[in-house]
Amino acid sequence: MSAQPQAAPAAVTPPARRTMRRLEPAAIAGVMSREVANFQTYWKGTTFSSVLEPLVYLLAFGLGLGATLVDEVEGVPYIQFVGTGMVATAVIFSSALPSMFGTFVKHRFQNTYEAILAAPVDIEELVSAEMLWIAARSAVYGCVPLIVTFFWGLDPAWGMLLVPIFAFVTALGFAGFGITMAAVVAKIDQFNYVTALFVTPLFLVAGTFFPISGLPEGVQVVANVNPLHQLVELVRGGAFGFEAWDIARFAFLVAFATTTWRFAINRMQARLID
Amino acid sequence: MAAIELQGVVKSFGPIRAVNGLDLDVPEGICLGLLGPNGAGKSTTMRLLTGQAIADAGSLQVLGHELPRQSKEARALMGVVPQLDNLDIDVTVEDNLAVYARLYRVKDVGAAVDRALDLARLRDRRGDAVEKLSGGMRRRLLLARGLVHEPRLVLLDEPTVGLDPQIRTELWTLIGDLKARGTTILMSTHYIEEAERLADEVAVMHQGRIISRGRPADLIGEHAGRQTAEVYAPPDRLAELRAEAESAGLRVRPAGPAIAIVGSERAENGIVPEDAVQRAATLEDVFVLLTGEEAE
Repeated sequence: MSAQPQAAPAAVTPPARRTMRRLEPAAIAGVMSREVANFQTYWKGTTFSSVLEPLVYLLAFGLGLGATLVDEVEGVPYIQFVGTGMVATAVIFSSALPSMFGTFVKHRFQNTYEAILAAPVDIEELVSAEMLWIAARSAVYGCVPLIVTFFWGLDPAWGMLLVPIFAFVTALGFAGFGITMAAVVAKIDQFNYVTALFVTPLFLVAGTFFPISGLPEGVQVVANVNPLHQLVELVRGGAFGFEAWDIARFAFLVAFATTTWRFAINRMQARLID
Repeated sequence: MAAIELQGVVKSFGPIRAVNGLDLDVPEGICLGLLGPNGAGKSTTMRLLTGQAIADAGSLQVLGHELPRQSKEARALMGVVPQLDNLDIDVTVEDNLAVYARLYRVKDVGAAVDRALDLARLRDRRGDAVEKLSGGMRRRLLLARGLVHEPRLVLLDEPTVGLDPQIRTELWTLIGDLKARGTTILMSTHYIEEAERLADEVAVMHQGRIISRGRPADLIGEHAGRQTAEVYAPPDRLAELRAEAESAGLRVRPAGPAIAIVGSERAENGIVPEDAVQRAATLEDVFVLLTGEEAE
């Protein structure tokens, strides 16, 4: 046995009265460091799929439809229209899905949260750290379609520097959504319902492949409350020029992230604390 | 001040009262074995202590902090070794420890990791992914992870459940070292031998409360006397012997294919058959008499 003998711990002393703070950066950083350590073991596969999937859509729609059926949309070459919109697709694929499956697996199969919560980490800190990590990854993956579209003539613009921020805030919202769903579903198969009812429709009516102004009025209402649509418009704003409305769109995304954050904390609290 | 003070703690899950008026004091510096059959409420008690279950009634104090209000402060001072292996298997041994050193706000993470690696005797495997370790190494790492911040109090939840005897003995050695350093330990177990070997005191838990507590030798003396006679015979004969012994005021318990007549030193002539195997009374006798459950 190589452990060094040590003096017996001091007798119990009265504790400091100060209660540990909520949302301590050290706790959040600790949880994120666990994610980083794990990510180093699987980053290749995740990065490959997170980059390739949006690119396949971009090339299939942008080049396929662009070459045969659609020349320009709203005065922009179709592949650039799709390429800027695909940022949103990359964001939802790299935030909602990993947060749903990752949270479920860590909680139900790996008992990871039981170990983390035995340390001085509260549910708020755990959920916040998970959301921040997923959003940070997603902000990077979200920029890939934009960069690829440069090769099809998209001109760099200063406004594009804000795209990682837009992507980050949107991904925070979808990470919160995914964590909430992971806390709510009873079995992993039930994610099929979540994907079919929420993820796919949100992705399709975001204005990525066609302007939502062409949709029936009822669907347009739904599209306007779709966070992904707000992100699509903000990215296009960054690329082709912002409008005053874009401030409201960004505020909407902040509200979306805040709401799903609180929902995720609430549902994880119910799931993890008996 | 006790390291753990629970008074009148109640925790129900629907109609089931998992913890039912639990009173438990764990003084500083001892190893207390919480011994009970499956479903006795041991794991729920552990979850209450880590703030992962909230009591319906009663008061809980850990290292002077009131739970659940000051649970975070209490958790910062205690280490937890869970029943189930929840290591990150793709991550290296070193990173597994470093993450938890950070979660526990250890200032010198590198030194804490080195110390934990020494404790787990895994210094030469520090760069290996956990999935490459043997079962025994993984359990040692799990223990070391719970001790990475040198806690004053350690909760061991069934530390050797499901392990083969060799790994169990390895773990017992490590826990013995921890005891020798004066760390307060609360260890839930349903293995009699584990409690006998490691615990300074044993609290027998049954149906959500402590039904007896004391040093193992005192519990044996109090509940089982000095000697136990094990009798092997066909079932009909065992039933007759049991009835005779019980009518003579002796306590009898099942012991696999045999019966055990507890306190056999007090038996009148003829009650215990001559071919019975006489042995010293054990904590297992106490456990089965008190809980009515077969021991493991």
